[in-house]
Amino acid sequence: MMKTKSEGGFFKKMVRHQLFIPLLALLLLVLFNLIMDPSFFAVTIKENSLGNGVLTGNIISVLDNASELVILSIGMTLVTAASGGQDISVGAAMAIAGSVMLRMACGGQTTADILQSPLILCFLVCVLVSMCFGAFNGALVAYFKIQPMVATLILFTAGRSIAAWINKNELPIMNDLRFKYAGTFLPGVPIPTSIFITILVIVIFVLLLKFTTLGLFTQAVGINSGSSRLNGINPQFIKFLSYVILGVCVAFAGYIRVARSGSINYSRIAENIEMDAILAVALGGNALAGGKFNLTGSVIGAYVIQFLTTTLYKYHVPSTALPAYKAVVVILLVVLSSPYIREKMSKLKNPLVKKEKKEVS
Amino acid sequence: MKKALALVLTLCMVFALCACSAKTDEKKESEAPAAVEESKEESKEEEKEEATETAKVIKVGVINNDPNESGYRTANDRAMRETFTAENGYETTFFNNNDAAQQIATAQQMIQDEVDYLLLSPASTTGWDTVLEDAQAAGTQVILFDRMLEADESMYVAAVVSDMAKEGETAVEWLANQGLEEYNIIHIQGHMGSDAQIGRTGALDAKVEAEDKWTYVSQQTADWDEATAKTIVESVINSGEKFNVIYAENDGMARGAVAALDANGITHGKDGDVIVMGFDCNKWALEELVAGNWNYDGQCNPFQAAVVDEIIKDLENGKAPAEKVIYNPEQGFDAATITAEDVENFGI
Repeated sequence: MMKTKSEGGFFKKMVRHQLFIPLLALLLLVLFNLIMDPSFFAVTIKENSLGNGVLTGNIISVLDNASELVILSIGMTLVTAASGGQDISVGAAMAIAGSVMLRMACGGQTTADILQSPLILCFLVCVLVSMCFGAFNGALVAYFKIQPMVATLILFTAGRSIAAWINKNELPIMNDLRFKYAGTFLPGVPIPTSIFITILVIVIFVLLLKFTTLGLFTQAVGINSGSSRLNGINPQFIKFLSYVILGVCVAFAGYIRVARSGSINYSRIAENIEMDAILAVALGGNALAGGKFNLTGSVIGAYVIQFLTTTLYKYHVPSTALPAYKAVVVILLVVLSSPYIREKMSKLKNPLVKKEKKEVS
Repeated sequence: MKKALALVLTLCMVFALCACSAKTDEKKESEAPAAVEESKEESKEEEKEEATETAKVIKVGVINNDPNESGYRTANDRAMRETFTAENGYETTFFNNNDAAQQIATAQQMIQDEVDYLLLSPASTTGWDTVLEDAQAAGTQVILFDRMLEADESMYVAAVVSDMAKEGETAVEWLANQGLEEYNIIHIQGHMGSDAQIGRTGALDAKVEAEDKWTYVSQQTADWDEATAKTIVESVINSGEKFNVIYAENDGMARGAVAALDANGITHGKDGDVIVMGFDCNKWALEELVAGNWNYDGQCNPFQAAVVDEIIKDLENGKAPAEKVIYNPEQGFDAATITAEDVENFGI
């Protein structure tokens, strides 16, 4: 009797748990690939053209290519939670970050074979610029009370032109291997560097949320900014801060993206990544209207999106049909994670539990 | 109260929207107005000084796409700006946008401003009928450059464009001449539906259909994006399928593909296992050819400015262009035969 009750409770709890849908999606993708072709998960060591032994395989590809999205989705989660809206300018802001990185590294030249200034300095400037643009968005949202989507629309439209202007409309190329480490491999290390950077960012945020009141304050502001103000929190500043933090995430993501090839294409770099980042937040079971949030959900959501993309490429889905396939899966996931369906699902099991109860008694 | 608040918020949003559109225009045209003002001032001075010498300043409106779109477009836009200057006897207004609706609105404005020539690189092939009719009524001569639009030939004076289908044919012909035993091709396409994608895909599709030895290992669009191209090639490598040709529809995507090959230690280029083909002839891409890392790069000539300039000068002297549609001369470069001079002359 006790046992069945706890089992029913467990199922209900599991379905209701925020991470249920993203984990289920990940599990389904893994199962699908296991059944269709187990070699999908094969990881082998190959020697790359520089003579380094590096790990290759679809799983490595997923982890590697999802890096930018994972980092962005973390920042996006905070912005969503605090301001109840999304920043749609992250793709354009990444173009700016990447452009600043290349401008600093190339020192204004079109093609540079060696770094013109120390990498750490380049990155610091890149972070600073990205934070400024984050602050711009944040100020519009927090202090001028403009809807986040409208406020960030400004940078969304202007960002790529600003990125081009930073490099005077040139398309700089950086050939120094040190610059590309972040997007490729460190010498002697078989794992893509971007995976380490992603882990680093995740750890920073976990520590930040654990040891500061940022997480608590963000949720309080997102749930009810009026009452949080009455409790001594400055909701405007918290909202502003979330956009600045997203700016830092954008700097990391932008650097990784330009480091992959050492060059930039202003209008194509990270195109539509903002939509994937918002989707990752939604898949993670976070309410897009703000309030409580779960970083783990968003991170898993981001990996699910990349996993899906890589799977579709693997099965050579015709290029014209690719977005449609993706959309079908996304619709399924979003509908499944809607409160209505979740409620239905947890109720669906109830009759069974009752039956079992009867049998036992 | 609530209504008032809603009104204020709506106004706020409208204002923000206006503000941002104004801002983008300002940004995108930031160079243009400066150029226009300069040329206007200069031309005025010139008019005063050289009133007796120059018969008249030719008023030209140039509508082009966003120069940030690609290296190709940057070169194209720069050439236009360098050709139609006050020194060359033009008074020019530039407008850059990838949105056809905004291009059309600006074109109509330019016609009202009574430009003598409207130079047009339309972002879309349709929707230009009223503009062309207005131009004809106002006596404005329309010259298309770089891109075609769907209209009767009588509606424009001339069109100076790239023959994308020919580019594809030249590349496929070159590939066929390599005499491989079999062709297992990874085909990375550009933005689906764009002129360049259709032309460059068409020739390869026809060849793969016709020949038994030619097969697609993968045919995907990377939307002109390097990172996506890399992911596509990675997925093919990871699945262990054999391939020996990468046919990327622009240089950036070819570079993304090569990055994936490098990460997996697959040799490519002149003495490598995989043939790498790109398009557009960016300078850095031609340097990759010289270094033997790639095998082929198809030219897409962005320099229509000089030809357009000639047509206008001829028209001013009462000479109509011999042909309506003029194709820019284009060629393909082979890693085996390319020279440093070619890089200098044809790199963009």
